[in-house]
Amino acid sequence: MESKEHTLSILVENTPGVLSQVSRLFSRKGYNIESIASGTTEDPKVTRITIVMNGDDATIAQLAAQLRKLLCVISVKVLSTEDAVQRELVLVKVKADTKDKRDEVLQIVSVFRASVVDISRETLTVSILGDENKACALMDLLADFGVLEVVRTGIIAIERGIRTIYEDTKESGEFNYGKNVL
Amino acid sequence: MINGAQALMESLKREGVERVFGYAGATICPAVDALAATDIAYTLVRTEQNAGHMASGYARMMGKPGVCMVTSGPGATNLITGIATAYMDSIPMVAITGQVQSYLLGRDIFQEVDITGACAPFIKHSYLVKDANDIPRVVKEAFHIASTGRQGPVLIDIPIDIQQQMIDPVYPDSVDIRGYKPSVKGNDNQIKRVAASISAAQKPLLCVGGGLFSAKAQEELITLCESARIPVVTTMMGLGLLPRNHPLNLGMIGAFGTPTANRALNTTDLLIIAGARAADRAVTSPKEIASRTKTVHLDVDPAEIGKNFSTTVPVVGDVKVILDQLISHHPKAQSEAWIADLQARRQAETQPAAAPGAGSVTPSYLMRTLGEQLDDDACVCVDVGQNQIWAAKHLPMKHGRFLTTGGLGTMGYSLPASLGVKTAVPDRQTVVVCGDGSFQMFENELATLKAMGTDVKIVMVHNGVLGLVHQIQYSSYSGPFGVDLTGSPDFEKLAEAYGIPGKRISDDGQVDSAIHDMLTASGPYLLICDVDPMTTTSMT
Ligand SMILES: Cc1ncc(C[n+]2csc(CCOP(=O)(O)OP(=O)(O)O)c2C)c(N)n1
Ligand SMILES: [Mg+2]
Repeated sequence: MESKEHTLSILVENTPGVLSQVSRLFSRKGYNIESIASGTTEDPKVTRITIVMNGDDATIAQLAAQLRKLLCVISVKVLSTEDAVQRELVLVKVKADTKDKRDEVLQIVSVFRASVVDISRETLTVSILGDENKACALMDLLADFGVLEVVRTGIIAIERGIRTIYEDTKESGEFNYGKNVL
Repeated sequence: MINGAQALMESLKREGVERVFGYAGATICPAVDALAATDIAYTLVRTEQNAGHMASGYARMMGKPGVCMVTSGPGATNLITGIATAYMDSIPMVAITGQVQSYLLGRDIFQEVDITGACAPFIKHSYLVKDANDIPRVVKEAFHIASTGRQGPVLIDIPIDIQQQMIDPVYPDSVDIRGYKPSVKGNDNQIKRVAASISAAQKPLLCVGGGLFSAKAQEELITLCESARIPVVTTMMGLGLLPRNHPLNLGMIGAFGTPTANRALNTTDLLIIAGARAADRAVTSPKEIASRTKTVHLDVDPAEIGKNFSTTVPVVGDVKVILDQLISHHPKAQSEAWIADLQARRQAETQPAAAPGAGSVTPSYLMRTLGEQLDDDACVCVDVGQNQIWAAKHLPMKHGRFLTTGGLGTMGYSLPASLGVKTAVPDRQTVVVCGDGSFQMFENELATLKAMGTDVKIVMVHNGVLGLVHQIQYSSYSGPFGVDLTGSPDFEKLAEAYGIPGKRISDDGQVDSAIHDMLTASGPYLLICDVDPMTTTSMT
């Protein structure tokens, strides 16, 4: 089966060690996490983790089933790129020690609708919000000036429209396998 | 007010705990002290791993969690193998570990280990208790988690200061864990599909494993296979679900299974896997089988579906309930021709025979004779190695239990497990089958056996080598190395030192009467059977 990029949204109880429990599953089963982001939700007792990884459909289904076995996991949803909005924040520190260079960077920044969040005599720090492609394209251009450091939040994703992750309770996840939900 | 340790004991009592297997140390002393004041029985083991195995043997006979309790640091790390063994075989267990003072956690002080961290990969769930007020809830949840859904071990790690903390405990009546809602009933539509598939099948086959013991679904299995006319094969963990001589029992599948069982697996047109993960040792080519035949998987753990086997019709739920649901549809397969053919093949399989005068005992004959002489409902606790495979292949089960560690294959399991069995069902005949290597992994527990004053018979396959590894090295590597058990003691004398009578035999001619003498002796007994180290598991 073909391997492609998947986004997993995981709701977990906000208790000590959850992140390590979740990430351990990935490492144990030999999957590489491309990106991971985590933060609390509207309910401070609940954390939402977004993980982007590569794998075929069967692998992802097995992984989701294994994740649901963890008691700290409340729900797991595999989001497709079509049905979900994805965002990532990237901060890039670029070398720009002359006015010309700084002007050039500022131009690029405005084309990309990115913003400058810090400036010094030697450097500019650029912040860009968007999907992965946009960030990559920007970094590509900035590479000419000399990128000093890069930091990314990891991709977060949310479904389009009325649907939410709360629809995937563990019961409904098992429904596919014939669980009686009554 | 009472302290946390007393609340722990009261919580255990409320869960119906009658016995704890343990080993004390500084950080568990408050709990041991509190236990001493209750009527909960306590068994002192000789190494912590075996507290786990004893709890496992107890749990498997009682159908409820076994409890073990050890100290922090080395006590906890020694217990790890017991926990992992229970996890791999889905045995319900609650393990309690002492821990250093909660305010010193993380400073690597004397006998501190992160045991919840260490056990994470092979435990169903674990708790590190940081407030004694949580103890009643944690214990209630731990027993619930260990004994429902796919059963397994749960760890409760309790720092000593928490055991000593004074509280007014509140004992909950019920459990509500947001992230834990195991399925019970199978989906009705799926059940109908399975029933219809059975009725349409000509060569249906049930492949059953240890999950049916966990679900206590033996009777349902017998009803279904007989009424729907479906022959049955088992994994090693499923041995004993049906008596060996049941007309629909084709025996064990896998590399060490019967030819008829494997043939059935490879020619069935409807494979129903129930309560089995059908891992590599049982099914060597799952892809091949799944590509050719329709497969139904009945399991309580949704993550098992499709893990080792791609499944046409999955049903998640308690297997006992699912089998009952299936039975209510009265499915009936068109399988008489297939059954007749398989039964003929099963009949034609060669029976192990004695070869007297060879100067060594024939293992298959030994197992067959042992099985024939055992009580109908005897419990056989089997270790790991060639002895295990010979027992699995040749020891005819009647209505007893065959307890072995199919998942982790932990040498040294058999005797401690048998002691757990004895605490659960003291009146049932209990026999250990082990090798001379595995014996030396548990021999310290002869003291526990003695102290318990209980009656376990031990049959040792004495071949002077780590037999199964020896066999593999012969067939697949440059030859035997590092598997010679030279230096082993005179086992008869060793047993005698513990006050346990023993006998050594070295010929098939002695087998029958030696087993008889062992089984009729009162109290524990060690029967040492000299076996030629060149005997392999493929010989009959
Ligand atoms: C704790 C542990 N260590 C190592 C092994 C690997 N192993 C599997 S079978 C075996 C040999 C067992 O020897 P023995 O108990 O004498 O049984 P035999 O095969 O000779 O019947 C070994 C070392 C294991 N299963 N468990
Ligand atoms: Mg041996």
